[in-house]
Amino acid sequence: MKKAILVMLPVAALTLSACGSGGSDSGASNDAHGPITVWYSNNAQEVAWGKKMVAAWNAAHPKEKVTAQEIPAGKSSEEVIGAAITAGNAPCLILNTAPAAVPGFQKQGGLVPLDDFPDGKKYLQDRVGSRLSQYASPDGKYYQMPWKSNPVMIFYNKELFKKAGLDPEHPKLSNYQDFLATSRKLVAAKAAKAAIWPAPSSEFYQSWFDYYPMFTAQTGKQLVEDGKAQFASPDGIKAAQLWKTMYAEHLAPNETYNGDAFADGKAAMATVGPWAVSVYGDKVKWGAVPVPTSDGAPGKGTFSDEKSIGMYSSCKNRGTAWDVMKFATSKEQDGKLLEATSQMPMRTDLTSAYPQYFASHQDYKVFAQQAEHTIEAPNVPNSVEVWQTFRDAYTKAVIFGKGDLTATLKDAAAKVDKLAQDQ
Amino acid sequence: MSSTTSDVRPRRPAGRGTTKSPAPRRSWRVRLGGHQPIGMLFVSPYLLYLAAIFVYPLGFAVWMSFHDYFFAAPGVQVDRPFVGLDNYTTVLTDPDVWRSFLNIAVFLVINVPLTTVGSLVLANALNKKLPFRSFFRTAYYIPYITASVAVVGVWLFLFNSDGLVNQALGPLAPSPSWLVNSHLAMPVVAVFVAWKQLGFFVVLYLSALQNVPQELYESAALDGAGRLRIFRSITVPAVRPATLLVLILATITGANLFTEPYLLTSGGGPDGATTSPVLLMYQRGLQQGHPDEAAAIGVILVVLITAVSLGYRRLVERD
Repeated sequence: MKKAILVMLPVAALTLSACGSGGSDSGASNDAHGPITVWYSNNAQEVAWGKKMVAAWNAAHPKEKVTAQEIPAGKSSEEVIGAAITAGNAPCLILNTAPAAVPGFQKQGGLVPLDDFPDGKKYLQDRVGSRLSQYASPDGKYYQMPWKSNPVMIFYNKELFKKAGLDPEHPKLSNYQDFLATSRKLVAAKAAKAAIWPAPSSEFYQSWFDYYPMFTAQTGKQLVEDGKAQFASPDGIKAAQLWKTMYAEHLAPNETYNGDAFADGKAAMATVGPWAVSVYGDKVKWGAVPVPTSDGAPGKGTFSDEKSIGMYSSCKNRGTAWDVMKFATSKEQDGKLLEATSQMPMRTDLTSAYPQYFASHQDYKVFAQQAEHTIEAPNVPNSVEVWQTFRDAYTKAVIFGKGDLTATLKDAAAKVDKLAQDQ
Repeated sequence: MSSTTSDVRPRRPAGRGTTKSPAPRRSWRVRLGGHQPIGMLFVSPYLLYLAAIFVYPLGFAVWMSFHDYFFAAPGVQVDRPFVGLDNYTTVLTDPDVWRSFLNIAVFLVINVPLTTVGSLVLANALNKKLPFRSFFRTAYYIPYITASVAVVGVWLFLFNSDGLVNQALGPLAPSPSWLVNSHLAMPVVAVFVAWKQLGFFVVLYLSALQNVPQELYESAALDGAGRLRIFRSITVPAVRPATLLVLILATITGANLFTEPYLLTSGGGPDGATTSPVLLMYQRGLQQGHPDEAAAIGVILVVLITAVSLGYRRLVERD
């Protein structure tokens, strides 16, 4: 009998689990109105903005009350959202959806296409302009509202540059040769332990803060375009070679720093977005320059580090959710977001829309100019696996200098091609 | 007093070639619930817990590993066809998967003996009358109950290139340093885990040691046996069941290695040298949306751990 029970339990479990898949349609309508829930990120400044935005909405729409909370804690927001989609308890809107995670959420059936709303496509086009095409999914639909970007630049510590005998007002950082020469001087003069110290770890998203900004500036392309990996191109390899030299000469350490190396004066430079202005403020006497290119020509683009707003399929009152989405991305609310967080709303007319802000915040103007030319993580099938495949190859050949760089990147590109074409 | 149970059992007739007498048929109630059916009632909460927490997920994982499965929102119609051994073929032809199993083998070869020998020696010492014995017992247990995240910070401070260990070693410090050295990173992780878990295994051994009859030690001492001889000939055999438990638990917890490579070596670095199968399952299943492949890796891991545990049992209980 014991044996029979032991055999039956897994069978019962498997049967039950098999029954769990599929199910009926939620029956939600794009016209339905009523209360909804919203999650926003746990960044203190965004929370403060989010609370005010929700209060303003609720005051004007008492019958369509929004209940908002910070995204629940987890290893990453993407895992929490993925679990919530599977459990069917995702909120209507999440104001912190990473574009790289959108293909996965879409595959799960967790997202609502925004162009299904009568004014959806037009609203997106009016807001984002020519950059919108980067946010289209392979089926041609838009499952995300591009919301805010953090176009990256190179921050440098003026005092450390001065200590190394470099001109802090006119740093030579525009091309790869100068970038290397400046880095060598900084380390040789012991002005800092590292010239720059990006996280040398293996998480799939780390390339967004070391290689990808250099790659986008150099090529003006996404990591994958038209189903083909772009990083094994001659320009892609040049950017990788720069980092390989940085690691080989210990100008960038291959150990993880426990803390913020730039704030602690351990690194003289950092790749950062506009958020850094308020974070470093007066703590570091900083300057900002664009990400270098191989020959010093102006960059062809800059990585956006963008976050979108997603509408999730568990939402019943999608009409209200769409209205809240438009309210949260209105010119007024975008302006308040800019004031509160210094992050750049994804709208075409950024500097002209908020002239007073940029007149009184000159430090941010250069970021706003970069924001017009942002390049996104590609919206392709198996997006996270694509980034992980690239990161593994990069870790091996660039950070730890093993094997032939070109061959390793070409091998990874072949794998990425298959993943991006969903083979 | 002899047992009466054997007296009432029907005896097999003597002689060769004789036919067996039919065994008395037990009622279905006795078969299902035993002679004291109320016992089933008492154990049923645990059985339900076991079914919900272990049997169902294990069965589900096996099912997933034979299907093209991904997590989907409720109400979404998705096709999850049976794919036979496809997921197993995918993971077994993936060099990263093989490397993760090789990494964990290296880890176990270092960690399990270190844990077993270290905890037995320490427990033996702490079982004697020592000054500050309670303090030492507590001190060895503290790392076990401290969150890995907190302890990892200390080890990073010790083992990074400018850390205390390298400063003490001076010119003998390895280059590349410990945690970014492909050959040294996994041994450091293995030592870290052994150190962190030692307290738990010391407690297991202490309870076993306190059940060893004192007369054995006294007799051996009278016979002139030295400390080492007493340890080898009395202590080690006497705690053999505890040793089996320590070996199996250390192997199971070691094979499930995740937090340490995730935090201590920045996600399985350097260059995948500390990537464990469970870390790979996390990446494949949760980050990359391939829970079917992650389940296949998990099933292979369960089979291997079971085989190793059975091997331990044979080894430890052979005499």
